Amino acid sequence: MTANLHLWLIPLLPLLGAAINGAFGKRFSRQLVSAVGLAGSGAAFLYALWIASQYSALATAMPIVDKTLGTWIKAGTFQADFAFQLDQLSFVMLLIVTGVGFLIHVYSVGYMWEESGYYRFFCYLNLFLFFMLTLILAANYLLMFIGWEGVGLASYLLIGFYFTKDSAANAGKKAFIVNRIGDFGFLIALFLLIQHFGTLDFTLLADKIVPLGSEAGWGLLSSIGVLLMVGAAGKSAQIPLYVWLPDAMEGPTPVSALIHAATMVTAGVYMVSRSHVIFDRAPQALLVVAVIGCATAFFAATIGICQTDIKKVLAYSTVSQLGYMFLGCGAAAYSAGVFHLMTHAFFKGLLFLAAGSVIHSLGGEQDMRRMGGLRKEIPWTFWTMTAGTFAIAGFPFFAGYYSKDMILWKVSQHNPILFGFGLLTAFITSFYMFRLWFMTFFGERATAEAGHGHHDQAPAAHGHDDHGHDGHGHGHAGGHAHESGWLMLFPLVVLAILSVIGGWMVGGGEGFAKFLSPVFSVGLAADPTEVAGGMSEGFVSALATVAFLLGLGLAWFLYVRRKNIPAQIAQNLGGIYSAVLNKYWVDEIYATVIVNPMMAISRTVLWQGIDRKVIDATLDDAAAGANQLSGEVRKMQSGNIRSYAAWVAAGAVLVVGYMMWMGAAR
Amino acid sequence: MTPNEISYSHILPEVVLSVFGMLIMLAEPMLGERASRKPLGYLAFFGTLAAGAATLYQAQYPGFAFWHMVHVDAFSTFFHLLVIGVAAVVILSSLDYVEEETVHAGEYYGLVLLGAVGMCLMSSAVELVLIFVALEISSIATYVLTGIRRKNAAGAESALKYFLLGSFATAFFLFGVAMMYGATGSTDIPNIALTLAKGSIPGLVYVGMALMFVGLGFKIASAPFHVWTPDVYEGAPAPIVGFMSTAPKAAVFAVMLRIILQTGAPGWLYLIWGSAALSMTLGNLGALLQTNVKRMLAYSSIAQAGYILVAFTAAPQEATSAVMFYMLCYAAMNVGAFAVITFYSGKDERRVHLEDFAGLGATNPLLALTLTIFLLSLIGIPLTGGFLAKFYVFQVALKANMVWLTIIGVLNSAVAAYYYLRLVVAMYMKPAPEGAVRVAAPLPMKIALLAAAALTLYLGIVPTGVLSYTTEAAAQLLTAPAVKVVTGQ
Amino acid sequence: MVPISYYLGLSAALFICGIAGFLLKRNIITIFMSIELMLNAVNLSFVAFAAQLHNLAGQVFVFFVMVVAAAEAAVGLAIIIAVYRTRNTLNVDQVDLLKL
Repeated sequence: MTANLHLWLIPLLPLLGAAINGAFGKRFSRQLVSAVGLAGSGAAFLYALWIASQYSALATAMPIVDKTLGTWIKAGTFQADFAFQLDQLSFVMLLIVTGVGFLIHVYSVGYMWEESGYYRFFCYLNLFLFFMLTLILAANYLLMFIGWEGVGLASYLLIGFYFTKDSAANAGKKAFIVNRIGDFGFLIALFLLIQHFGTLDFTLLADKIVPLGSEAGWGLLSSIGVLLMVGAAGKSAQIPLYVWLPDAMEGPTPVSALIHAATMVTAGVYMVSRSHVIFDRAPQALLVVAVIGCATAFFAATIGICQTDIKKVLAYSTVSQLGYMFLGCGAAAYSAGVFHLMTHAFFKGLLFLAAGSVIHSLGGEQDMRRMGGLRKEIPWTFWTMTAGTFAIAGFPFFAGYYSKDMILWKVSQHNPILFGFGLLTAFITSFYMFRLWFMTFFGERATAEAGHGHHDQAPAAHGHDDHGHDGHGHGHAGGHAHESGWLMLFPLVVLAILSVIGGWMVGGGEGFAKFLSPVFSVGLAADPTEVAGGMSEGFVSALATVAFLLGLGLAWFLYVRRKNIPAQIAQNLGGIYSAVLNKYWVDEIYATVIVNPMMAISRTVLWQGIDRKVIDATLDDAAAGANQLSGEVRKMQSGNIRSYAAWVAAGAVLVVGYMMWMGAAR
Repeated sequence: MTPNEISYSHILPEVVLSVFGMLIMLAEPMLGERASRKPLGYLAFFGTLAAGAATLYQAQYPGFAFWHMVHVDAFSTFFHLLVIGVAAVVILSSLDYVEEETVHAGEYYGLVLLGAVGMCLMSSAVELVLIFVALEISSIATYVLTGIRRKNAAGAESALKYFLLGSFATAFFLFGVAMMYGATGSTDIPNIALTLAKGSIPGLVYVGMALMFVGLGFKIASAPFHVWTPDVYEGAPAPIVGFMSTAPKAAVFAVMLRIILQTGAPGWLYLIWGSAALSMTLGNLGALLQTNVKRMLAYSSIAQAGYILVAFTAAPQEATSAVMFYMLCYAAMNVGAFAVITFYSGKDERRVHLEDFAGLGATNPLLALTLTIFLLSLIGIPLTGGFLAKFYVFQVALKANMVWLTIIGVLNSAVAAYYYLRLVVAMYMKPAPEGAVRVAAPLPMKIALLAAAALTLYLGIVPTGVLSYTTEAAAQLLTAPAVKVVTGQ
Repeated sequence: MVPISYYLGLSAALFICGIAGFLLKRNIITIFMSIELMLNAVNLSFVAFAAQLHNLAGQVFVFFVMVVAAAEAAVGLAIIIAVYRTRNTLNVDQVDLLKL
């Protein structure tokens, strides 16, 4: 038995920071606010590191449950405690959340320095960490649900941070309400668990569920699994509930990095992994998870192709990568899903922060068409972003390579169709990421006027135009980009290193799976990784590397090589002669036959069509429909007393009639 | 102490409240023409404290009194404290309101206390005619309070609507009582339970139950008897809306628990099912487009009544416990929300629209923070009482296999987030309008707000004490000794 | 002896007359009288049941109902006067400021 770890302190430390900043931050100087905010998150990180240093001693005792805070609810036979739990899974999540969280706090000090409401920002950020840590350390579903709703609330506050803007407030509200729809599934699943198993405690539930056999058809566990997936789809932005995530980019960039890339949106993946005992016995539900994940991964990646806003590309990319994680979980390879969750936290956190650095250096410019050639002007940002891009695209031996291969390999053993789409998505991912990379850092910068013309509208979207300079204190009216301060670069460098070595560090997919196996092998007869048949891991890796190279090549071809054609040559030379002579003729064919249709499909059909007009509009229509119904309901309220009495009398006739019928039928 | 005896200790809180109510009315003429009316308010507040103490004293002597008309038990104590607590918060939040608006303070505070007498009596009465009398005491007091701003057209109109429709509904209730009397030969709830348990239930019982449900359904604003609510709440003084949307409702729910569950009457299950589903849906839909905050909260209270009705479909003991817990949470958050509106709306209640709340987070942080807590609780965010109350209600309903009702309920609570959140967005995410005033809330108002907010959070974080109390009270209620008494003769 | 069902039938008929009066009449005073009619219909059934059950309680209830009705009338008339003062009408259809 180990000494009491006092796990409850970990979430409480950031809460303390939030409380101090919330109550007194208005009177504090910026330095003091930053100190409090960093102390809140840093202390939690140090605590996590301390636990890590004790890991070898603790490992045998895991899961360690800490019930210091006592009982929360006790009603009849049902009981839920304020109990926190540490096992390998929550340990990994703890390190990711506190580590990445702390880095992003550091980054925010630089990024948000000029913003009004600086203290509010840090208060919300710490509050978010509190809820997120509660979510991952909870030892039962009900406590997890506190964190689950809490992160939604904190995310809502942070998205709406630029609250002078209507679009930001609306995006926040949309995120919250879509999440509530997901929570509906989660809650019903919890009710079913209580009803049938009488508890929400992870350990007790596992004890009761493990003896149950695998469900052949559609049964209780499948229903619970699918309902949990509905909840996960809301939080982790999966089809059809993903619409809020691209809109959530209205928030400040550190928020996008922390909440909408590295931590909160992965809560769904964590929850599904945490519920693996249920999913292991519900193959139908697993299939649903895999299909939703795969469809989301592919669909969101194709939309990513045509986005021109740098943050929107990353947003759709996040949706797509989350789909990968669910695909992994759906193949019962939870460790692969969590592995990708971890590497994704590194490289996507990095990409967002680097994108923020780019945006910052350009004074709020988010449109990639107005970027270009930035690699010399902001070298640190360029090199770190390069590491992130190569990692996400799956460059061999970078973090994303290991985790993505692991997922693809596992899926290949289950379902060739899903594997095919997964591989195709890997190619598209590589393509749109290098598109972003080339458009941002290579070629020529768009003209100052163009950059300026936009500068008047877009930056308002970002709130940067009112100060027009950053920590360096020099303006950029001339359109000169400048490197961010060290506060912003330090997290970039750390995350870049992790993006490069993060996969290798933990021993690749196999090593990571072995680490997590005490958690995921609970209730399984054999090690789940020992599935026979399918392709060999090496072959899958080779295929994925080919997909990476193809994506890189295509992006280079379209955004570097073809771009360099002097425009006048293309215009002046005409006819067969010029066409034959023109060494870029093949490019033109290529552009007309393949690329333009592809871009057009991505833009008009997938994005403006399905994404905006079908899925988003369906949700909007549902809202509009509700509003219309609301109008109808209000018509009952004519203001006339006699009509009200008529309602009461009609109701009375109904009630008396029903009861007389019941009396007669008895 | 025998049941057939006059025992004032069994109605002590009611006696205390009545005495204070009358004292206040007598005291008002003694005050000078221009003198502040606040002493009357403090006297009334003191009255509620005394009544609370009387309730605690009375709780030590449970049992019947007055020939089986009144029964003191953990159940009645709970509702006594709830009603008295609500009255206390309302009085504290009214102190400045009454000074600003030209209303007769003596009548105002007196009627709040006398109304509370009726509500308290409803929760301990176990005899249908006494319940009727108590219901009327509470109703007549609230009719007057609704229209206490006599010069205000909207106020008078809402009083008229409430009065006419309320009396209309009460007549149904009374007719139901008569039917029950005819069918069972008694108006005593334990006796009725005994008669019904013997089997062979006369058809008149069904009619009686139906008619009583009409009357009670009206008072708790459940669909389809809810139509009066938005109009009346809009026109009534804000603090009184806080009062009448919580205390009388709690008392009527207590009566419903006694009449429906304690008697073990048959046939009502799907009646409640339909009413609950309809109330939640109509209430939430109606609220979506409201821009008047009082009206929005009126629709919200219809939906909240629906959630509470969901609990009735569960197993009796769990149902009772869930209703009690929900009612307490609801009282705390709703009375708190209306206290904020009371204060912020200002003279003649000018600021009750959504846009008036813009920027409240910056101009009045305390008001905004407490209102946010109440709204989050109404939405049902964890760590607030509202979450656990909903969780508890839906959980026991699902346990009784009310799958569809639970789904409707949980979906409704998801949708409802939209309109509550609009107010939060307005407070925190919209700039304050030009010339927004920053007014510090006076101390009594602060106490009222903080008490309600603290209770809301307390019920969300450490609910176990209250939950075990309600479970115990529910068990007592359902096993109350059904003593046969000889009536009349 | 007249069977109880006759009394109950009359009582129900009076009650429905009261409801109809509320729904159909426009004068607030008349509507108020319709409510009184409903209460008296209930009184009739109380008395009838008391006679049938040989139980005096039912007759006592009638007194309670009458007292409560009187209290209600006092408050009701006051409210009606307040409405008349602010709106200058007793037509219930014109009292509809609050709606939607």
